Amino acid sequence: MLSLITAESAIFVIFVVAYLFYVGKSPSGPTPAVLHTPIFLSVCLLSSSWTIHRAVAALRRGEIASFAGWWLATFALGAVFLAGTGLEWRHLIVDEGLTIRTNLFGTTYYSLVGLHAFHLTAGLLALGTVLLFALFGKVKQQHAAHADVLSLYWHFVDVVWVAVFLVVYVIGR
Amino acid sequence: MSIGAVLGQSASPLSPTSIFAPASTPAQTIFDLSMMVIALVVAIFVIVGGLIAYSVVKFRKRRNDDGREPAQVYGSQQVELAWTIIPVITVLVLFLATARAVLAVQGASKPKDAVEVTVVGHQFWWEYQYPGKKVVTANELHVPVGEKTFLKLLSADTDHSFWVPRLGGKTDLVPNHPNQMWIEPRETGLFLGQCAQYCGTQHGMMLLRIYVDSRTDFDRWLKEQATLARADDAFAEGRKIFEQTACINCHAVAGTAANGRFGPDLTHLMSRETLGAGVVRNTPENLRRWIRRPDDFKPGSLMPPMGLTEQQLDAVTTYLASLR
Amino acid sequence: MSTADTLAWPGTRTTSRPLVDKLQEWVTTVDHKRLGILYIAYALFFLVVAGIEATVMRIQLIRPHNAFVSPQNFNRLFTMHGTTMIFFVAMPLVFGFANYLVPLMIGARDMAFPRLNAFSFWLTAFGGLILHYSLVGGYGLYGAGTVPDVGWWAYAPLTAKTFSPGHSSDYWTLSLLVSGFGSILTAVNLIATTISMRCRGMTLGKMPLLAWLSLVMAGLVILAVGPLTAAQIMLLIDRYLGGHFFDTQAGGSAVLWMHFFWIFGHPEVYVLILPAFAFVSEIVPVFSRKAMFGYPIMVAATIAIGFISCSVWAHHMFSVGMSVGGHLFFTVTTMAIAVPTGIKIFNWLATMWGGKIYFKAPMLFCVAFLFQFLIAGLTGVMLASSAFTWQTAGSYFVVAHFHYVIIGGILFAAFGAFYYWYPKMTGRMYSETLAKWHFWLFLIGFHVTFDTMHIPGLLGMPRRIYTYEPGRGWDTLNLIVTIGVVFQAAGVLTFVFNLVRSYLRGRPAGSDPWDAWTLEWSTTSPPPEYNFATIPTVKSRRPLWDLKHPEDPDWKYE
Repeated sequence: MLSLITAESAIFVIFVVAYLFYVGKSPSGPTPAVLHTPIFLSVCLLSSSWTIHRAVAALRRGEIASFAGWWLATFALGAVFLAGTGLEWRHLIVDEGLTIRTNLFGTTYYSLVGLHAFHLTAGLLALGTVLLFALFGKVKQQHAAHADVLSLYWHFVDVVWVAVFLVVYVIGR
Repeated sequence: MSIGAVLGQSASPLSPTSIFAPASTPAQTIFDLSMMVIALVVAIFVIVGGLIAYSVVKFRKRRNDDGREPAQVYGSQQVELAWTIIPVITVLVLFLATARAVLAVQGASKPKDAVEVTVVGHQFWWEYQYPGKKVVTANELHVPVGEKTFLKLLSADTDHSFWVPRLGGKTDLVPNHPNQMWIEPRETGLFLGQCAQYCGTQHGMMLLRIYVDSRTDFDRWLKEQATLARADDAFAEGRKIFEQTACINCHAVAGTAANGRFGPDLTHLMSRETLGAGVVRNTPENLRRWIRRPDDFKPGSLMPPMGLTEQQLDAVTTYLASLR
Repeated sequence: MSTADTLAWPGTRTTSRPLVDKLQEWVTTVDHKRLGILYIAYALFFLVVAGIEATVMRIQLIRPHNAFVSPQNFNRLFTMHGTTMIFFVAMPLVFGFANYLVPLMIGARDMAFPRLNAFSFWLTAFGGLILHYSLVGGYGLYGAGTVPDVGWWAYAPLTAKTFSPGHSSDYWTLSLLVSGFGSILTAVNLIATTISMRCRGMTLGKMPLLAWLSLVMAGLVILAVGPLTAAQIMLLIDRYLGGHFFDTQAGGSAVLWMHFFWIFGHPEVYVLILPAFAFVSEIVPVFSRKAMFGYPIMVAATIAIGFISCSVWAHHMFSVGMSVGGHLFFTVTTMAIAVPTGIKIFNWLATMWGGKIYFKAPMLFCVAFLFQFLIAGLTGVMLASSAFTWQTAGSYFVVAHFHYVIIGGILFAAFGAFYYWYPKMTGRMYSETLAKWHFWLFLIGFHVTFDTMHIPGLLGMPRRIYTYEPGRGWDTLNLIVTIGVVFQAAGVLTFVFNLVRSYLRGRPAGSDPWDAWTLEWSTTSPPPEYNFATIPTVKSRRPLWDLKHPEDPDWKYE
């Protein structure tokens, strides 16, 4: 999983480089000033790292119900983040007229944040699958190592968000 | 030196595009560097290659071999240290020589009265503008001998590269990324080259022709190029067809309604020796054939066949042939 | 033993099974050995395909203003040739050998993730199919042909919708996107296997060099393929969602694509050469009858090469108009990488020194490798000099250099590997006579073509041109270059013939025909599905040497 995370990080690094390269270079169109800083969503997402950590710990101790609860919380927090991103995008497209084709800022912003959202969605699908298995009682204590590997991916998604947040909402403005 | 002499032969080069026949200051700088680099590299090859050849012969299994394994040697710190240090020093020397050449070429000063040309790369031809002199021409560049000419390199579409080996190293023409290079030819004559960055179908026939003239000849050429096109009623019919067909969408003829910039400027078409960026000799027959169907000479060039009748072709050719 | 049993596992029935059964076994296999062979067979097939593409190009260039193919088709040919050779010949070849050999050499029963392994292979294979489907897919918009013609680096903005209408560029992009995932997953598998599945006693410092080189190669894949994937996603966004990453008309940067591509592209060629080093590092000791000289330094040099290779990429961009600092930085790093690489050559030389050299086919190819890789490395050092490269970039000098590395280096080493491990993989010995014919024919052809090819570059001939002007001194040289192709083709055909014929009629090889020292030779030829009856315990880098020389084992000296 660590190798896979490294490879995925390489992809993200390139999108970050493109974003930073093009900061301030759009000849026209909306600028990063139109963005709303997603503090609440970020808190949700970063908390989900904590909840998934609790979930895996619970599973290691064999507490299946507790595991399922924390896992569900993780899923919910991730879903909230995704929904919030969707709302922000709707605002940007409809109210600010910023799309991926508007200008360089639009292209790089939607690509970078979108790539993260894509990875988040993939993570949610995986988490959701495990959740279903848990609801059907298929998840046992011996699966703790597997859950741990998946949580590594989830932590990766969170760390990427920290990087994206810094690049887009702090440095890029 | 001998490779350079064989491949270069400055007086009458074996190849008019050899990098070993420098005729301009930056090309000379690179030539001097390359002699040193080649010498070093050949020396390394002789030594190391010689050692490999020696070992392969000396340590081969003989017919009368006793079947015992030879002494197993796992390493030797002194030897390994030696053959680490020597390459490091070699690399350092090479780097310093390179740095000197890079600084000499890229760091060269630009005299206040240096000739300046803006080169715009197109698919698949070269546009030359002499800013301040009101000259726009195509495909055949003229520069004065013995002086620095600075070329500003732009592109109208995709990547290209300006490479005339005897005059200097190449620099690319990248859209949205202006570049600059300079040449300082020290002999007059015609210097050849071609586009060196794949730019599409006819990349292979986007040829370069640089005419290095004496100062007087250059000034005269420049003055002629700045004049408007001759207006002669004898060619009025051809001119009318030219201006009323799609020709003027792409081509310009200074002093007329034709103001298209997509294709080469034709104001002084007949002052050029070739057509189509060096593809064929500029004769009336070739010109006519080109207009009729450019793909005959340069399949994939972006000029479409104009669908003119034979009489229209005659008239237009005669008109264009008057644009000296 | 009947021929049908050569690849059957001991204990299975010896009567022939229906073809469908056998095919199904191969298609659904998760056994690293079979997947390795699938990768290698896939690579061989496309070697012939891309070789034909090269032959057609060389015929077109045999004389000036030739009209054997149109300029459009020539441009498609060199695009397909380059793309196919790198992604669907060289990569599968190295992954195939790594897949087959790494678990055997580290005393494991299979790779860490066998099903992922199979998935990776089929991803790669599918990528190749996508690319070649462009040959038969329908014509895109504006009558644009569908075979990509943008060169294997697909520089922007040539790949923008304006300059490449239709779908030809998309075939390039999608096929590499898909096979890129396959590559990353294989690399993940290799790393996991090497880190966690070594047999008892085999510390990292006791692994065969092939295992080390595969590990570093996998690390490079992990770091390098991502950037290509990212760039291709950006290209697709530009082409289909109206993005502007490389849209120079909207302020985008063509140079950015170059950076992203070469950040992938340079480590990529090290991904290809490291396994070649691995083959040579296994073969030369055995055929010199001596231990590898300086194993620790070989490992250190490999890791150094891995790291430095991530910092040299813009030497592919010396003509693009970088700053003085940029030119000097990339000159330094590119020259620096010559040091550990050169050290490796010295170590191989020292391994042969004082040994007893047997000139069987594997060693012949490795000796040729040493000379040729030396030359290729030296032309590389020349090209590292940015000022020198202002003349030679984009010319046939560069084409000659990299073919020297890839064919003279990688392919020669791979041929050596083919012959060396053929007995292990098939249980049969190949014909030494045919192999020697292969060697000499191919050697002559290679040198006639690629030694000569340097010269037109130095005389001003750029690359990727479908024809050229007479009177530039290039005519005879191009003719000679084309003639060499005949010998190379003859060599390759001999090789394929040898492979097939020996499979059907070669004498049984036994488990250790070379009297070698690494673990794969301790099991049968071909190995059973489970590789080893009992997982071995090792004490040194050459476990079989220890067994054969109990009075003088390696672990006393390491």
